[in-house]
Amino acid sequence: MKVNGWKRTGHTAPHLRRNLSESHWPGKPWGRIGWLLAGCWALLLSGCGGEPWNNPYPREEAAANVLYSSFSERPKHLDPARSYSANEYAFLAQIYEPPLQYHFLLRPYQLVPLTAQAVPVPQYFDAAGQPLSPDAPPEQIAYSEYRIQIQPGIRYQPHPAFAKDASGAYRYHELTEGDLRKIRVLSDFPELGTRVLTAEDYVYQIKRLAVPWLHSPIAGVLREHLVGFAALSERIARAAPEARADGSRPFFDLRTLDFPGARVLDEQTYVIRIRGKYPQFLYWLAMPFFAPIPWEAERFYQQPGMKQRNLQLDWYPVGTGPFWLTENNPNLRMVLSRNPYFHGETYPQEGMPEDQAAGLLADAGKPLPFLDRAVYSLEKESIPYWNKFLQGWYDSSGIASDAFDQAIRFNAQGEAGLSESMRAKGMGLLTAVQTSIFYLGFNMRDPVVGGNSRRSRLLRRAISIALDYEEYISIFLNGRGIPAQGPIPPGIFGYRDGKAGINPYVYRWKDGRPQRRSLAEARALLAEAGYPEGRDPATGAALNLYYEAVASGPDDKARLNWMRKQFKKLGIQLVVRTTDYNRFQEKIRRGTGQLFTWGWNADYPDPENFLFLLYGPNSKVDGGGENAANYDNPQFNALFERMKNLDNGPERQKLLDEMVEIVRRDAPWVWGFYPKAFSLHHAWLHNLKPNLMANNTLKYRRIDPQLRAAQRRAWNQPILWPLGLIAAAFLLLSLPAVFAYRRRERQIGLQQP
Amino acid sequence: MSAYLLRRFLYAFPILLGVNCLTFALFFLVNSPDDMARMQLGQKRVTPEAIEQWKRERGYDKPLFYNGEASGWGRFTETIFFEKSLRLFLFDFGSSDAGRDIGYDIAQRMWPSLAIAVPVLLVGLLVNLSFALFLVLFRGTYIDLGGVVLLVALLSISSLFYIIGGQYLLGKLLRLAPISGYDTGLHAWKFLVLPVIVGVLSGIGSGTRLYRTFFLEEAAKDYVRTARAKGLSERLVLFRHILGNALIPILTGVVVVLPLLFLGSLLTESFFGIPGLGSYTLDAINNQDFAIVRAMVFLGSVLYILGLVLTDLSYVLVDPRVRLH
Repeated sequence: MKVNGWKRTGHTAPHLRRNLSESHWPGKPWGRIGWLLAGCWALLLSGCGGEPWNNPYPREEAAANVLYSSFSERPKHLDPARSYSANEYAFLAQIYEPPLQYHFLLRPYQLVPLTAQAVPVPQYFDAAGQPLSPDAPPEQIAYSEYRIQIQPGIRYQPHPAFAKDASGAYRYHELTEGDLRKIRVLSDFPELGTRVLTAEDYVYQIKRLAVPWLHSPIAGVLREHLVGFAALSERIARAAPEARADGSRPFFDLRTLDFPGARVLDEQTYVIRIRGKYPQFLYWLAMPFFAPIPWEAERFYQQPGMKQRNLQLDWYPVGTGPFWLTENNPNLRMVLSRNPYFHGETYPQEGMPEDQAAGLLADAGKPLPFLDRAVYSLEKESIPYWNKFLQGWYDSSGIASDAFDQAIRFNAQGEAGLSESMRAKGMGLLTAVQTSIFYLGFNMRDPVVGGNSRRSRLLRRAISIALDYEEYISIFLNGRGIPAQGPIPPGIFGYRDGKAGINPYVYRWKDGRPQRRSLAEARALLAEAGYPEGRDPATGAALNLYYEAVASGPDDKARLNWMRKQFKKLGIQLVVRTTDYNRFQEKIRRGTGQLFTWGWNADYPDPENFLFLLYGPNSKVDGGGENAANYDNPQFNALFERMKNLDNGPERQKLLDEMVEIVRRDAPWVWGFYPKAFSLHHAWLHNLKPNLMANNTLKYRRIDPQLRAAQRRAWNQPILWPLGLIAAAFLLLSLPAVFAYRRRERQIGLQQP
Repeated sequence: MSAYLLRRFLYAFPILLGVNCLTFALFFLVNSPDDMARMQLGQKRVTPEAIEQWKRERGYDKPLFYNGEASGWGRFTETIFFEKSLRLFLFDFGSSDAGRDIGYDIAQRMWPSLAIAVPVLLVGLLVNLSFALFLVLFRGTYIDLGGVVLLVALLSISSLFYIIGGQYLLGKLLRLAPISGYDTGLHAWKFLVLPVIVGVLSGIGSGTRLYRTFFLEEAAKDYVRTARAKGLSERLVLFRHILGNALIPILTGVVVVLPLLFLGSLLTESFFGIPGLGSYTLDAINNQDFAIVRAMVFLGSVLYILGLVLTDLSYVLVDPRVRLH
């Protein structure tokens, strides 16, 4: 039976049959429109009350104990010998376990054992190898030894490198091309194994730091400090087999090489020997560089055919930490899952007095980690990330400049708080002054702004006063920073707060707070320096200074204009020389720039890590070091050499005060600002406390999956009526065209007169 | 036709060599091997020895084009250009400067690019053709005029605006699809909805105007007048005669872009977090990874040449008057 040309089947429901016959589908346009509208209405109804349509995760994960975060660029290295950047540590620090870690809650930052049984106390020896007392003068100390005993029974994550067959032989250590034919990712290996962590694994990794082709970023530091490191590096270069044609290296067993810098004493004990006294070495022991690597992993990954499949230790970590990398697709998603063999650790039981009130001790003593998984999705742009965070698809977020006003409000006292819309969503705000500094450097080799003459010093001081960093922070950082008073940021030993901590050459203490000295004072200093009203006495014209800048986008123009304006206040003409970052670095390396802006982020919480940026032998031009201003003051250098070997205490504080006074007086930098980090998190995320030193904080995070699922459902119901409206508008607008077409089709081609 | 194809194949070599030379010169005009080493080794605590070692291991310690210290052919072969570029002709892309296998990454990342590009092309073609036919049907009327004004407005808007606007409207306000992201296999569909809609919308202005021009050109021809004079309905004239003949330039225009679909879109992939070859290229440029940049430029050139050859072939297939010699 046919209804207007359409064959009706016996399966058609009765009510549809009635509708079909009543509307004469599809003969009349009203019938079609009616059906379309009904379809739209059904669509509208289907969207109400169900699961969100914009959920980027699988539906079955809605109430899972999973943390969601992102990464904006794929990690370059996941080998702890090579990795040295924050985005890589976000993964590595959860997987690898060095012997020490930073306490999650206590401040100032404090080292505590991670896999070690205790924080090692260095033992000192003189040049004849005789032990010295702990308070021996640094100049007598020829060697320091750190004896580290690891906890027993720690096991590695599941990994094919450990898998063994029935005879006890390694299952995947002699792979052929045929075996690898079906292997594309690590999870394609069906059998996994584990083994107990040994001291040998730590020593193995320390030896790896000397492998020339691994290019460990701290090889230079260790060459200076670790006994026999340079010789070990040369021996490896001589003894290791040549690279294959594809660039991969055959396995070279580093266990066969003796190394006086790191020795195994027994299954659970090893000792590290360094030259002289270097108290900061303990901090290095909390970084992934000193995490253990099992020799089996290198043996496994360095087989032929692995590199072509990107199966390398640099991409697939093997650790003992609370999580292991179960999905490693840097083009899309990285997934950390709870390590089934994790040795166990509990949430800290002590914290700062304010931590109790903040709920940070609610989980004290509970076993870690709390999460089952952490999913990191590739998110390259900040706008989609922010919007997804607001929808609840990410658990925490930083605040981009363009979203700052939406999220943050400052009260009358200038304190930051959440905006009404963020509070309504139950969000939390965390702020922390970072252990970083951004500064304007003077090239001390430059004949005009550099040198140690009174003239150049006064010129630098005048500029230091004129550069209004309070204004800079307000305009360009949304108030996220505090003006720096010296090279040591808050949170680092040696930093002084309040009146005692101000830079007297730039600030006065007035009304209980530092106040920048006046422009009149800056101009007077400038005149005293021989540049009255900013004029160069040699030419009579305005003094020209040259500022090396990296300009990468339209936003930089405003910054550079601001900088010009600051110098203009003194009558100085600032010539901005913009370039790309490569050329900029080259100019600084060669010492051809005059003024420049740069920054430093702390590796560890010790003033040595900031003051070495002004230590003469570290000069960028002469030594290729990090002293970009090429500042070289013998008095400062001598104090630095004494200070770096001292433990924190009054004596060290006194030296630090002296050193800070010297550099404030000489002003090789305009001290710039210490940035302040702001981050938001949803109400379902717990145990957040800014820890600028520790990277392994994922294990402390706890979420409330039920609350998250409920909030996400409430915030993400699809709104469908605009679609119905658009469809209706489209149909209505089409009608005149349909009628016009029909009229034209029916009209007579030629009208007879 | 075989002789023609062989000739085109041989022509491709000097073109690809030229493209390689140009890429090489432009890249090293901006970046030196030292810069590349610093980018890969990181900014902190990098020693000059480590930089030299990195360059030596990857062959970046050699001269760029001409090695005066070598003898004979070695003057040309023992250079960065020769060593890095020759094997591209065998489609051996080697490893990136960061150490990953480029061929593996390309094979992985071309699928997400295709997953976006193919629906955008097909749906876009359908929408643009329909809209163009609609306007031609009402040519000379206010509907046509209004349509053209709308098209000019649409093509005047930046593609970035479409992306951000689409994410804001459909993803954030109406919550109809994920704002960004991607997944593998069948789970990818919900992430494709928004970029495909945005891709189609952003192409309507230019695509429809072009097709409308093709149709109008055909509509003015004698055979169309004859068809009308014979009393054929406007629908038959439009769909059977005008569309059929106008499809020749349309199809050849489509064929030329087919191979390039593999390369993806820089902006779309970046904003939607799609791990395709467009974002792969963009990342490589940002990371100064010359190995990837040259591989992708080479691949782009090969695909472009392939597209042109396919276009020529498609002319033969759709237009019997054309012969290739």
